[in-house]
Amino acid sequence: MTLTIIGLLPLLGALVISALPKANDKLIKQAALATTIFVALGSYLMAARFDRAEIGLQFYESYNWISSFGIKYSVGLDGIALVLILMSVTLAPIVVVAGWNEADTGRWSVKTFYILLLVLETMMIGVFAATDVFLFYVFFEAMLIPVYFLIGGYGTGERAAAAVKFLLYSLFGGLLMLASIIALYVMSGDQGGHTFDIGALSQLQMSKTTQNWLFLGFFIAFAIKAPLWPLHTWLPDAADSATPGTSVLLLGVLDKVGTFGMIRYCLNLFPDASKTFTPIILVLSVISIIYGAFLAIGQRNIKRLIAFTSISHFGFITMGIFAMTTQGHSGATLYMVNHGFSTAALFLVAGWMISRRKSSTIADFGGLQRVTPIMAWSFFIAGMSSLALPGLSSFVSEFLVLVGTFTRYPWHAVIATFGIVLAALYILIPVQRALHGPTTPGNESLTDLNLREKIAIAPVIAIIVALGFFPSPLLNIINPAAQATIQAAGFSDPVAKIEQGNN
Amino acid sequence: MIGYLIGLPLLGATLLLLGGRRTDKWGHLLATALSASSFALGAKLFFEMLARPTEERAISQKLFTWIHVGGFQVDAGLLLDQLSICFVLLITGVGTLIHIYSISYMSHDHDRRRFFAYLNLFIAAMLLLVLGDSYLNLYVGWEGVGLASYLLIGFWNQKPTYATAAKKAFVMNRIGDMGLSFAIMISFATLGAVSFKDVAERAPAASNAALTAMGIMLLVAATGKSAQFPLQAWLGDAMAGPTPVSALIHAATMVTAGVYLITRSNFIFDLAPDAQLAVAVVGAITLLFGALVGTAKDDIKKALAASTMSQIGYMILGAGLGPVGYAFAIMHLLTHGFFKAGMFLGAGSVMHGMNDEVNMRKYGALRAAMPITAITFGLGYLAIIGIPPFAGFYSKDKLIEVALNAGGVKGLLLGGAALIGAGITAFYMTRVVVLTFTGKARWDHEAHPHESPALMWIPMALLAVGSVASGYLFTRGDALVNWLTPVVAHHHTEHHEELYSPLTISVVALSLVAIGVLTAIFKYRGDVSNTAPENVSIFTRIARRDLLQDAVNEAVFMRPGQALTETLVKVDKSAIDGTVRAVGLSALGSAQGLRKLQSGYVRSYAAVILAGVVSLLLVIWVVTQ
Repeated sequence: MTLTIIGLLPLLGALVISALPKANDKLIKQAALATTIFVALGSYLMAARFDRAEIGLQFYESYNWISSFGIKYSVGLDGIALVLILMSVTLAPIVVVAGWNEADTGRWSVKTFYILLLVLETMMIGVFAATDVFLFYVFFEAMLIPVYFLIGGYGTGERAAAAVKFLLYSLFGGLLMLASIIALYVMSGDQGGHTFDIGALSQLQMSKTTQNWLFLGFFIAFAIKAPLWPLHTWLPDAADSATPGTSVLLLGVLDKVGTFGMIRYCLNLFPDASKTFTPIILVLSVISIIYGAFLAIGQRNIKRLIAFTSISHFGFITMGIFAMTTQGHSGATLYMVNHGFSTAALFLVAGWMISRRKSSTIADFGGLQRVTPIMAWSFFIAGMSSLALPGLSSFVSEFLVLVGTFTRYPWHAVIATFGIVLAALYILIPVQRALHGPTTPGNESLTDLNLREKIAIAPVIAIIVALGFFPSPLLNIINPAAQATIQAAGFSDPVAKIEQGNN
Repeated sequence: MIGYLIGLPLLGATLLLLGGRRTDKWGHLLATALSASSFALGAKLFFEMLARPTEERAISQKLFTWIHVGGFQVDAGLLLDQLSICFVLLITGVGTLIHIYSISYMSHDHDRRRFFAYLNLFIAAMLLLVLGDSYLNLYVGWEGVGLASYLLIGFWNQKPTYATAAKKAFVMNRIGDMGLSFAIMISFATLGAVSFKDVAERAPAASNAALTAMGIMLLVAATGKSAQFPLQAWLGDAMAGPTPVSALIHAATMVTAGVYLITRSNFIFDLAPDAQLAVAVVGAITLLFGALVGTAKDDIKKALAASTMSQIGYMILGAGLGPVGYAFAIMHLLTHGFFKAGMFLGAGSVMHGMNDEVNMRKYGALRAAMPITAITFGLGYLAIIGIPPFAGFYSKDKLIEVALNAGGVKGLLLGGAALIGAGITAFYMTRVVVLTFTGKARWDHEAHPHESPALMWIPMALLAVGSVASGYLFTRGDALVNWLTPVVAHHHTEHHEELYSPLTISVVALSLVAIGVLTAIFKYRGDVSNTAPENVSIFTRIARRDLLQDAVNEAVFMRPGQALTETLVKVDKSAIDGTVRAVGLSALGSAQGLRKLQSGYVRSYAAVILAGVVSLLLVIWVVTQ
């Protein structure tokens, strides 16, 4: 029951808020904050009980839901799902604190904003926890609704168009996945009884062609979500229009559903098709890494820049997943967590900069280091994390992905490594323009971070530094799940070259 | 215990950065004290090491498990051996002197505390670089010093050119870092290990191709950090940093990290002769490159920077000559640490007395106004040009000797380059001394040159002592060579044949030095214009422009890169987004449908999602019937 209770807590909070008076914004915000903190604490308690030695799903619950269709409500966690939930529930209160006032100017009320946010949190937990494909699909699709309203109702600029673009892309992917799910369901009926259980579905016998087609249905849906080149163009628009807090959840958590889905669904259900498509996916990943980095360098808008850096980072994650080595896999999962925090830091600080300067154009800033030192430092550290400076968390995951890819696909890893030089450029160029140089007109009287903002950013930076030196607590949770996935897909790590002769 | 070496300065950096302005009053003192404590601890560890028998000298310490995934296991571990202790003493010793110097040098700067925080950060990162027991730990220090260097070059980044210089250094260093990444990946894929101990043990079993590839990648890393050809272009611009930084980071310590990396990786290079030769060649090219640039610079710091590049070229050359060269490369690194840091501090002292003027054409006759600076700088000068018995004589002549004795065409070319380099060094260093300290005063009206305060000249004087005595001490009874032998020469023990006697080489080298010195004196002793003459040869013009390094980089990398970026931005907007839109439209049937969707009826989108779920249920129902 633990998992279900934690998953329902945000929804409960949303119900409470819906009963609160609409005019009392402060109370609503406090209730939302309290809820997210409770959820986070509950999740940490649950994580403490997670048994690292056990490989199967933990906190597993399964109830008949629509039994005549074989649909079950079943949830459970492996190490990968657990760390992603932990990241999500940690980011939620930070987003609430950081964006304390960002709902005030929306199209709808503050109350609606926080209800949407909390509903979204329930769905974030649900989508990672679901082990029934039908349940997963419901969460996967339903998540779009709160995000759509959060962008369309509280964003800036071309928010309506961006929200529609986001929705259309996602729906398109969702439909493809839907078709695949239906096919799986039909086949399961022919082979021993209708079911949506992922464990049972992974045992299905199907022809190579069928597997390929069904794989594509899932993969394209996930490749849109985690945007992989060339399906990425919705992301910069969405990130540009969304409020910073929404962007954090969008890029930090929702997009991870894509990469998570590749591991949980694509690899588990279609191991052979995964192998067939690996060469193409790896090429697309490498293109994403380099292309995203070049595009980031070329951006003039800070929010779009961050969005493109994420496209580059998602390339690393996908590459790590399909390299099919323990290092690549664990690295990719750790990358998902680290990217969540480092992008959160970037978006939150960028959001504060933008709200002060009333502009998101990088060229409008200048010399902030001497006007708002704490804000400038926060941005700088977030940037260093994004370019994977050793000692910060992203380095560990990025290096694991590279080294894990190199042992099987050296050339992909070599090209991807050029991304680290480009990363230095896409971070240091905005750092120089916005933070260095003389203080330009319009920036002289900007105020530095206030206490609330400091409280929001401090834990993120602390996590970024701590995980840089001590990634072990997370890696110990991730490793068994990563190893299990690779073994199930029929792979084992390449042996060191000098030992190959001795075998 | 080893961990505290790094921990103390790291603590200082953390306290000063998090403490902010509250620590302004005493921050510089704390940072200096912590750096000094680290030095004291290093000295203690050194004497303890000295007391142990040779085979027990190296000690290691595991701090915690850092990354462990499958076969990839990296501990946060430290290794203190005969090689790393040399660096520990150099880094903390020179580092502390420069902290002391900076108390006075930076006393008028509003952000002095931040400066000291960065200095402490640098010391910690540099110590990690030389103490890490694996390539991945080294990497953390390697980029850590890069970060400190970036922050310090851009310390006055309110000036756009300084901010650009900082960025340039970081980016060019990252190109080198990529080499280090590759080397680690090759090491793991081939040997299944990344720690020095395991790599050394397993390397003999690896293929020559893998070892050569790894060696070349380590060389790439070294060229970035040590400003060697072809990644040298950032060092001159790095002089934007405050002068103590130039002395510590961009002369004595950080830029020598490449020499450390190659020496540390001797077990790779000794098995990969092609990679080793590449190291020597890069060193030889750079020593001449730097020396030539040095002849044309009027900015005292840039002249010294060119000299640093050239002197590190000597070290890299030495490290590329294998077991016979490593110890001398390290010896030159240490003596260079004394004399070059001393001369940079001297340059800082001159700037301090001359309103931050860096143009040597506006100096002249400063000997009288700044006697201590002149003497300490002069001792460093005698050391760098290799006059016996000053430090550089011992270390540089040994390098030339080893290069020539490599034999054959290789020996002649490498040794010849080193000899010619010695002559050019004598020329450009004499030029610096003559222009700065002798001749007629060419000062601006506002200049009132004066000697620097004791906090500044005492470190200069101590470094000058090192410039005088260190070479003799290191070579007495082959002290340093014997000390380092267990680390760098475990594969080979054969004695090298002597093709040329040390005496012959010293005579030739000193003759070339004499020619260089006399030419410079003859050329610059008389009237010197206080502006750079325009009617100079094409060679001088090219040398002034650093042998066109920036022009080449811009033409080959920067402008094509910018063009590519612009093209991709356009392609992304038109082609990719456009295609996806078109596909989306056709999928939806008609543009009409899209407009309707975009018209703002939000509920209809929710309906679409709902329709998805409903259709799924519907299908299920149909199927299960």
